[in-house]
Amino acid sequence: MKLNITLNGAKKSLEIAPNAYLLDVLRDLAGMKSVKRGCGEGTCGACAVLIDGRLRNSCITFAAHCEGATVLTVEGIGSHEHPHILQKAFVNHGATQCGYCNPGSLLAAKALLDRNPDPTMDQVKEALDGNLCRCTGYVKRIDAVLDAAKEMKSSREEKR
Amino acid sequence: MEKPAAIPEYPRTYPKPDKFDVVNHSREKLDGMGLVTGTRKFVADFDLPNMIHVKMLGSPHAHARIISIDTEEAMKMPGVVGIYTSKDVPRVAHTTAGQGYPEPSPYDTFMLDTKVRFIGDRVAIVAAETPEAAIAACRKIKVQYEVLPAVFSIEQAMAEGAPVIHDESDCSVPIPIHFDPKRNHCAHMETKVGDVEKGYKEADVVLEKTYHSHYAQHCPIEPHTCACYLDEDDRVVLISSTQVPFHARRITAQVLQIPIKRIRVIKPRIGGGFGTKQEVLLEDVCAFVTMKTRRPCRWELTRAEEFMSARTRHPMSVTIKMGVKKNGKITAMSMKVLSNTGAYGSHALTVMSNCGSKVLPLYKCENVEFIGDTYYTNLPVAGAYRGYGATQAAFGAEAHMDELASAIKMDALKFRAMNHIKVGETSPIFQALGEGRAGVSMVIQSCGLAECIEIGRKEIGWNEKRGKPGTGIKRRGIGMCMLMQGSSIPEIDMGSVFIKMNEDGSFNMLLGATDLGTGSDTILAQIAAETLGCDHSDMLVYSSDTDFTPFDTGAYASSTTYLSGGAVINAATKVREQILAVASMMLGEKPEQLTIENKTILGKNKKNKITFSQICKYAMYEVNQFQIGAIGSHVTHASPPPFSAHFAEVEVDIETGELKVIKYVAAVDCGTAINPQLADGQTQGGLLNGIGYATTEEYHFDKSGRMLNPSFKHYKIFGANDIPEIKTFLVPTYEPTGPYGAKSVSEICINGALPAIGNAIKDAVGVRICEGPFTAERILKAIREAGKIGKD
Repeated sequence: MKLNITLNGAKKSLEIAPNAYLLDVLRDLAGMKSVKRGCGEGTCGACAVLIDGRLRNSCITFAAHCEGATVLTVEGIGSHEHPHILQKAFVNHGATQCGYCNPGSLLAAKALLDRNPDPTMDQVKEALDGNLCRCTGYVKRIDAVLDAAKEMKSSREEKR
Repeated sequence: MEKPAAIPEYPRTYPKPDKFDVVNHSREKLDGMGLVTGTRKFVADFDLPNMIHVKMLGSPHAHARIISIDTEEAMKMPGVVGIYTSKDVPRVAHTTAGQGYPEPSPYDTFMLDTKVRFIGDRVAIVAAETPEAAIAACRKIKVQYEVLPAVFSIEQAMAEGAPVIHDESDCSVPIPIHFDPKRNHCAHMETKVGDVEKGYKEADVVLEKTYHSHYAQHCPIEPHTCACYLDEDDRVVLISSTQVPFHARRITAQVLQIPIKRIRVIKPRIGGGFGTKQEVLLEDVCAFVTMKTRRPCRWELTRAEEFMSARTRHPMSVTIKMGVKKNGKITAMSMKVLSNTGAYGSHALTVMSNCGSKVLPLYKCENVEFIGDTYYTNLPVAGAYRGYGATQAAFGAEAHMDELASAIKMDALKFRAMNHIKVGETSPIFQALGEGRAGVSMVIQSCGLAECIEIGRKEIGWNEKRGKPGTGIKRRGIGMCMLMQGSSIPEIDMGSVFIKMNEDGSFNMLLGATDLGTGSDTILAQIAAETLGCDHSDMLVYSSDTDFTPFDTGAYASSTTYLSGGAVINAATKVREQILAVASMMLGEKPEQLTIENKTILGKNKKNKITFSQICKYAMYEVNQFQIGAIGSHVTHASPPPFSAHFAEVEVDIETGELKVIKYVAAVDCGTAINPQLADGQTQGGLLNGIGYATTEEYHFDKSGRMLNPSFKHYKIFGANDIPEIKTFLVPTYEPTGPYGAKSVSEICINGALPAIGNAIKDAVGVRICEGPFTAERILKAIREAGKIGKD
């Protein structure tokens, strides 16, 4: 069957199996290798993507359910040349160790800041809770998100 | 015989420079931007054309003989490419442990065997066009088993007449160590220093207790993954999530009986390992499937397989006996370790002996005894796991230190402060306990424990809060512990590195050392840059590829910073000498008069200047041409311990037993932190893994030996919302034998949570819990049994 989605801002029409999971479609058909498989059962968040702005574990999401949706992966939020403030903050704060969980965690952070640009530490912790990380102990990651929120706020104020 | 000139002599010490330009600064992680933008590749991210997928049929029985395997129906399933059983593969006894050669672990494992020894053990390999097709085919394989009585505890394993797990005639040990598989006795080690009995007679108080530590899994978020293809020359190329690419190459060659030169192992980015990826678990099968089918293949473990059939922490019973005088002097210590290695003896000897070697030297005592025994059971296979025995032994030892302090009515901090090892002191244990052979004697040259204790005491509020649990339903407690580990395996491990210069003054640095997410590529670049006089971003780091990078034993035993860092200095020093030699020719000044500042060579009066780029171009294109570059190796003669003090504040609900860790403080002396931010990150990550181990993580088994909770749904590792307040401090010291004064930092931090939290629980509710994890059930049971509180 055909799947039509807007992936990282570009319209895509992909030929998928009706029972294909979004994770496999994104990785194998759309080449979005940032979407990682950590558990395959929706418990670790390594495969998390934004579907119409909402954080979803793509390993337990049927691709067919995403017809017409807007899907965002880390490839779509920034690049080496133009990194997102969150990506820079993760690097600056040492929030990236092995990095396997980074794409999912970054999207969780982005989903939070999109709906709540000025979160408290507890709100950050809660927003990142579904994205397991075994390397960092989360401390630097939480700091990175809080710092990015601050920076995004000040850049918004500058623009005014 | 005199050492030939071609055999290198390594520096024994690295002098402290006046200042650091690159080292000891929190420089940006070199692969950071690639990781957060998703461009850095992990094993599963390599698309191999025409690739097939591998699945392993796992055993449903803990102990059984395979009578027959019928694959006829399975072979007819759509998409199946091949099914292989023990009849199809070479039978070579080996160990998956991924250690140096010859290994201190028994050769008790076969690629496929006619016997299965734990639930999840290998039965048959299936290769198919898709993972789903392979799984479907697994279900159609008909296996006839003769189920054998199984052994699920050390007590059962040691019992007279117990079922023999390794009854095959072709298992053996590659080095002369105790190995008695007919009694399920996998390893034994003992050592005695001084006169322990005399020591106990001199003591005012003698206490003995047994502490039990439990099964746990590393839980790297990337499961074990391996891909394989045949290259243009029909060589077998493995892309693997391995901590030990060179050992993986050697062991794959051994198992498949093919020459090492036919195999190339590539290690891309690795999604965490913590020891489990030291094991060579997938490479032999992937190489076999690709050689048989002549197609690329990939095998990714599922999360359930990661729990059940990858590797785990060795569960142990550690019995500690200590004698102490009223004035606080420790007169004798005994540690008896019973370790469960599961169905195979991976790291069976060394994890057990590390219990003694990484814990006993922490406190001064003339009379010390260590006895360790490791037994096979029909449970999941244990292996290397961050902490490596020190985790299990420190739980007992540090709980015991609190018990002793309390018995002689001395403050637990004061008792530790007066007894811990200090600069200029040694322990006979360093010499007595090595890795399968005698250890290496060593005098402590750096120790920041006193400062670690002070920082922790203040940060946790020891003086104000200790011994004041309150009287409500929720009681507060403060606990602490002290820790040591090692830095590499002295005179056994070897690391090497190749550095070559480019025309723009950058350098390629090819590392055998394996960055598995720790940031070692970055810190090794900082060490090189410090030596060469450039920035760490001028180092183009590549790790690791057995075809292109020089040998390194791999990322284990807390070795990369200390050992491979030494190799980097040794290589970079040679490159620096070459740079100065060329500069001297170009400037007409003697090399010893030249200095390097930020990729520029300055002459004697600092007027003559020449850049790295000019030097490299001159050496490449102009006069007396040569490639500026060098290889450097390193072997250490010491394994200096990093030290740490951990402090925990907890709250215990005396009605429900519920435990909450409120605050956790760790101060660590890792010598010079090459990259403080990354060292701090190691500390935070390790201690949180430790807190998970101490509070929530455990394996539940049914009566047949099946793990009941092989999923993050039921095996709880900490998420961001679960963390307590965490404070970490790096206490700088200078370790003269380490590169720029560095010691290890990665392992030590995982060892503290069990004892520190256990001691805090004791402070809060007055009960000593000798078995982890500290679940509400265990705590409530202990409170009720003690009858101290909760009845009123």
